[in-house]
Amino acid sequence: MDRNQSHRNRRRVLKTLHLTALFLTMMIICIPGLWIVLNSFRPTVEIMAKPPVWVPSFTLDHYRAMFAGAGEGGVPVFSYFRNSLIVSVTSTLIAILIGMSGGYAFARYRFKGKNGYFVGLMLFRAVPGVALSLPLFIVFAKVGIIDTHFGLILAYVAMNVPFTIWLTDGFFRQIPKELHEAAEIDGCTRWQAFWQVEFPVARSGVASAAIFAFLTSWNEFALASQLTRSVGSKTMPVGLLDFTAEFTINWGGMCALAVLMIVPALILTFIVQKHLIAGLTFGGVKG
Amino acid sequence: MTEVTLSKVVKKYGQHQAVHGIDLDIQDGEFVVLVGPSGCGKSTTLRMIAGLEDISGGDVTIGGRVVNDLPPRERNISMVFQNYALYPHMTVRENLGFSLKIAKRPEQEIVKAVDEAAGILGLDELMDRKPAALSGGQRQRVAMGRAIVRHPDVFLFDEPLSNLDAKLRTQMRVEIKKLHQKVESTIIYVTHDQVEAMTLADRIVLMRDGHIVQVGTPLELFNRPVDTFVATFIGSPPMNLVDGVVQGETIVLNGSISVPLPVTAGPLTNGQAVKFGFRADNLMPIGHAVEEEGAVHELDLSVTLTEPLGTETLLFTNLAGVEVQAKMFNPRPVTPGEQLQFRLMLDKCHVFDAKSGQAVRG
Repeated sequence: MDRNQSHRNRRRVLKTLHLTALFLTMMIICIPGLWIVLNSFRPTVEIMAKPPVWVPSFTLDHYRAMFAGAGEGGVPVFSYFRNSLIVSVTSTLIAILIGMSGGYAFARYRFKGKNGYFVGLMLFRAVPGVALSLPLFIVFAKVGIIDTHFGLILAYVAMNVPFTIWLTDGFFRQIPKELHEAAEIDGCTRWQAFWQVEFPVARSGVASAAIFAFLTSWNEFALASQLTRSVGSKTMPVGLLDFTAEFTINWGGMCALAVLMIVPALILTFIVQKHLIAGLTFGGVKG
Repeated sequence: MTEVTLSKVVKKYGQHQAVHGIDLDIQDGEFVVLVGPSGCGKSTTLRMIAGLEDISGGDVTIGGRVVNDLPPRERNISMVFQNYALYPHMTVRENLGFSLKIAKRPEQEIVKAVDEAAGILGLDELMDRKPAALSGGQRQRVAMGRAIVRHPDVFLFDEPLSNLDAKLRTQMRVEIKKLHQKVESTIIYVTHDQVEAMTLADRIVLMRDGHIVQVGTPLELFNRPVDTFVATFIGSPPMNLVDGVVQGETIVLNGSISVPLPVTAGPLTNGQAVKFGFRADNLMPIGHAVEEEGAVHELDLSVTLTEPLGTETLLFTNLAGVEVQAKMFNPRPVTPGEQLQFRLMLDKCHVFDAKSGQAVRG
């Protein structure tokens, strides 16, 4: 056979393999999400059916039940949503403010023990959050901030700050120091130079750090399930547990609430998508 | 009236001393170039004048006012950085107007000043572009525009041309010189390139290891270097230096060839070890020399290598065991190995003490 032809064939085969592998990977990633969305619209009988029902029917029963009163299988969705929103947004804002200041300091200033601090912060990330739940529970209970927004926000800020510092440090490091020097010569104070020049340039990085912090708080379950217990403070992931009873799990209801949880996160991710991609590829871009 | 004065200015980084108490007076409207090899403290000195580095000792005065502890924004200076440091998120127009915006000047005034600067530097077409969409030379011009918009007392340039290619560098050099003629402000310019220093400066400040070695006009440094460092740093190709010993009215080079003592040389003792220095321009083959008055010594030397430059050819030859360069004006082809008779212009030769490297001049 012609050698060109054989190379062409080989390329074709490789491309087919490549696409198949991609398809399989995406399937593994996407199917659980799809399963959740589909099941939130199916009757319970169909979800549990063996053999499975391949052509799904459509019902809004789970949503209706979820928003119904407490006695009729409903859960306080709005309270949970509000709690999640308050806790996530506040903890993200605080974590970004602290993390950005920290990241900037690590990137710009020389001080004693800098590397030690940095490694320490990163080590903190190595501690599994669940391992902290009992000590946190005891401390929070003693201090009296168990089952409050404040307690949860505090825990999430502590969880998110090291990561935010690490991420923003990288972004600020990419910005040449001459930029703030030029700004200072142009008449800025150090503070103005940061907000007028360095912050806008690092905006993408800060945005991606923020979305990571937000998603971490929004989706966090292990700590929240220990530190919150009443309707006034439970977040949505903890709210999912309302659908479990001693012997049964209301899969349909759980999926419906999960969909409500996913939607805002998806919308937010799409809004900041441009920044996110720019932020994550920041290092590869040369001025 | 903006004079800049440095008196006993010192910069220390911990134990390491980068600048050793330098004194310098810069007149109003003067173009001063700080030049020297990397690590000589020239950039540090400039950054101390700008206020970007703390001053460890001594005083920096701008326009009669001691500015040691003033932040950069209160010194009324502007600076052009080596990497331009344009604000990447702003258009050219916003970059140029940034300083005036920070100073809260009225919008009309900003537009007028920005347009004027853009006109001077030919940036009119580029006003709405972001820096990423500009070429190296254009970015350089924007950086200069940003500096002139505010009409500062002093311009500081930190190796502004070293990121450009050779051709553009020559162009921008001319533009900077024209700019100085237009704005007539004091300019302090840092470079490691002696050609830039020679072509741009009213006065050159040559630095080494945190000390000022010599201050003077380009021609003073070229014609009357204080030591061998200046002699080899300024001028291209660098000055030829050959070891020798004084013997009566002659210098014996490396124990083989003797040449008469130049009349310009100062008091020397018999048997003193010296370095005999002359530029390639002052060693020329007979028939291809620039005719000049003065004492001449003739030498027969064989050519080892040639570098034709068009109007002249550099000839590499061997004088008393040392490779030296000579210049052939009005050149003809020369084959390596060819024996030529050279004229050495004795009046233009230099004698340096071998130990201290200092020039011995009458």
